[in-house]
Amino acid sequence: MKTSEIRALFSVVSRPEVVSLAGGMPAVTALPLDAVGSMIGELVSGMGAQTLQYGSGQGDPRLRERICDVMALEGITDASPSEVVVTVGSQQGLDLVTRVFVDPGDVILAEGPSYVGALGVFQASEARVRHVPMDGDGLIPEALEEALLDCRANGDRVKFLYTVPNFHNPAGVTLSEERRAAIIALAEKYDLLVIEDNPYGLLGFEKEPLRALRARDAQRVIYLGSFSKTFSPGLRVGWVLAPLAVREKLVLASEAQVLCPPSLTQYAVARYLDTQPWREQIKLFTELYRERRDATLESLEALMPAGTTWTRPEGGFYVWLKLPHRLDAKLMQPRAVNAHVAYVPGIGFYADGSGREYMRLSYCYPEPDQIREGVRRLARVIEAELDLHSTFDAVDTGTFRAAGRTPPVPDVEPFVAPANSDRYEDGA
Amino acid sequence: MSEPAAAAAPAVAQGESAHPLRAVVLAGGLTFEREVSLSSGTQVVEELVRAGMDAELRDADAELLPGLAVAPADAVFIALHGATGEDGALRAVLDLAAVPYVGSPAAACRLAWDKPAAKSVVRSAGVTTPDWVALPHSTFRELGAGAVLDLMVARLGLPLMVKPASGGSALGVQKVSRVEDLPAAMVSCFAYGDTVLVERFVEGVEVALAVIDLGDGPQALPAVEIEPESGVFDYASRYTPGMTEYHCPARLAPEVAERAAAVAVAVHEVLGLADLSRTDAIVSADGTVHFLEVNVSPGFTETSMFPMAVEAAGYELGDVLARLLGRRAGAAR
Repeated sequence: MKTSEIRALFSVVSRPEVVSLAGGMPAVTALPLDAVGSMIGELVSGMGAQTLQYGSGQGDPRLRERICDVMALEGITDASPSEVVVTVGSQQGLDLVTRVFVDPGDVILAEGPSYVGALGVFQASEARVRHVPMDGDGLIPEALEEALLDCRANGDRVKFLYTVPNFHNPAGVTLSEERRAAIIALAEKYDLLVIEDNPYGLLGFEKEPLRALRARDAQRVIYLGSFSKTFSPGLRVGWVLAPLAVREKLVLASEAQVLCPPSLTQYAVARYLDTQPWREQIKLFTELYRERRDATLESLEALMPAGTTWTRPEGGFYVWLKLPHRLDAKLMQPRAVNAHVAYVPGIGFYADGSGREYMRLSYCYPEPDQIREGVRRLARVIEAELDLHSTFDAVDTGTFRAAGRTPPVPDVEPFVAPANSDRYEDGA
Repeated sequence: MSEPAAAAAPAVAQGESAHPLRAVVLAGGLTFEREVSLSSGTQVVEELVRAGMDAELRDADAELLPGLAVAPADAVFIALHGATGEDGALRAVLDLAAVPYVGSPAAACRLAWDKPAAKSVVRSAGVTTPDWVALPHSTFRELGAGAVLDLMVARLGLPLMVKPASGGSALGVQKVSRVEDLPAAMVSCFAYGDTVLVERFVEGVEVALAVIDLGDGPQALPAVEIEPESGVFDYASRYTPGMTEYHCPARLAPEVAERAAAVAVAVHEVLGLADLSRTDAIVSADGTVHFLEVNVSPGFTETSMFPMAVEAAGYELGDVLARLLGRRAGAAR
């Protein structure tokens, strides 16, 4: 099945009959929409001369100050607004960083699985992605070191490690405190640049945010941040925090792409942070996502066939599920669409074609009742697929009369009865 | 039980006015082919508007019937692909609601939708179609998949075409050349539906044979020859511009082209289809035309073959669609 077919299967997701556990859309309707609306209205009516005008290529200075306040919540207390570049979502930030650092053929290390939007950027830059395995505590430092040594032995140029340490997309796991220290130690030992992509860090359900990798090493870590999950993805405001020498290159590259990030949405974010109770709003979001996470985990526990396993996220949007008996999530997808439930097949989160037996389930958008119904449908789909495999997996084609050869077409076509025909007929 | 033909449906309240005809084009639906259908429907609306009609695109959802009750259409054009739109179900409902529509009546659609059933009927009428067997999963489970597959390969040979017994756009269709690939092909095909059609592979030129009926009986349009770059006319080859080369009219000897046209009209008639259809067939080296399947709701996307055939016949697509709609609307008045 090709990408275009997967897109075709996804087109039904917009119909309300389908429970979508596929998309990663934040629950924006939980925002105080009236307040945000009048705030944006005032930005136009009262400050149109600035908000509707071109702005600085690096981004609005006031917003960059506020971004530093936000990053302080995750332990980054030494960042200066001059090191911040505002981007059109952190996606543009990643694209800029990749353009600045990567040449065709370079190697990028990334978790396996990894964020599909990042893989797209890396593919466009003609980099080779080498996946580094993770477990319940995130990226495995020993595996990272092994990959670095391997690359060194092969003469591969490793440009950076790309990592989503908090509530990983798609794996749902978080890099533990000990491993953060270990990863930074490896970065120093091997002079490795780390791209820390952290859109979900403030969306933890159970604990205070862990200190960012960037809080531990200001020189070797470039940090990508985003307001898409803490405020609104539609505004497309993200940022890069990078050492000054890198920042300069990023600003030039960004100016070549977009001249400047949109003024109005930058002002909107800055005004929102200045005037709205945004920390309380994040609490409200996390409470809502926690309920949905709970509904997901409880339903999975109650309904999934034996042999199915999944991660237990402590924040963010995603559960990473492993199918039993090496079922292929992509091949199973038409059955799921027929059953009106959607997920993202795991293969999309790997650059090397692996991950077939995995899928990503998103709980951020559907209500808990819909999630329960979606998981119920998914369980039935998996059961039906298991049933199908039990029929066909044991077939030994080596014993077939026609094994391994193409039989000659006989002169007279053989008689074959159509299964649902009520008459027999001569096939000739 | 016979069902009322669309043409005989009671008239909706329409006056003899100079207003342009109001057409509702149905597209979308809840099938794998939703994206293709939306693309077809958008194209049809554009063509109809260009031809001077008042055309509107609608999904086949819970809003449809109330919407048609409030703002009746002179006729409906069904650009839905896949179940509901092609299996006759939606048309049966439109018959109940006395809404005229372009295309084949419900019972004929049901027959055409079931590929094995359509093959049986078409073969009885003397049309050649590759040998086949169609079986549900339960048969394999009950009789043992190995024994059944062994028989299939022994009788039908290799390569085999494995496809869902219903559905279009080549979704789920696979060519199996090695016996060891067959079980996996069955598994992935059964993900699309409960019955799999396994067909002997016929080497040859793939053609699409469009038929229209503008009031003088069904007429075959020039055949469209399909030459996919990858060698396989799969979903990507169908809908990615540039991935397939089309020749229209097909590069067939005149007598073969004539035979292909006759097959398309015979299929259209024997299955009881109306207004328009597209038969997919293979022309083997000896000039035999092998029927594969027929579509009662052919695609109208920018890479679809029905519009190519219409153009090759010297018609304007918008004009043809408007005439088909006009006939149905007129019949209902």
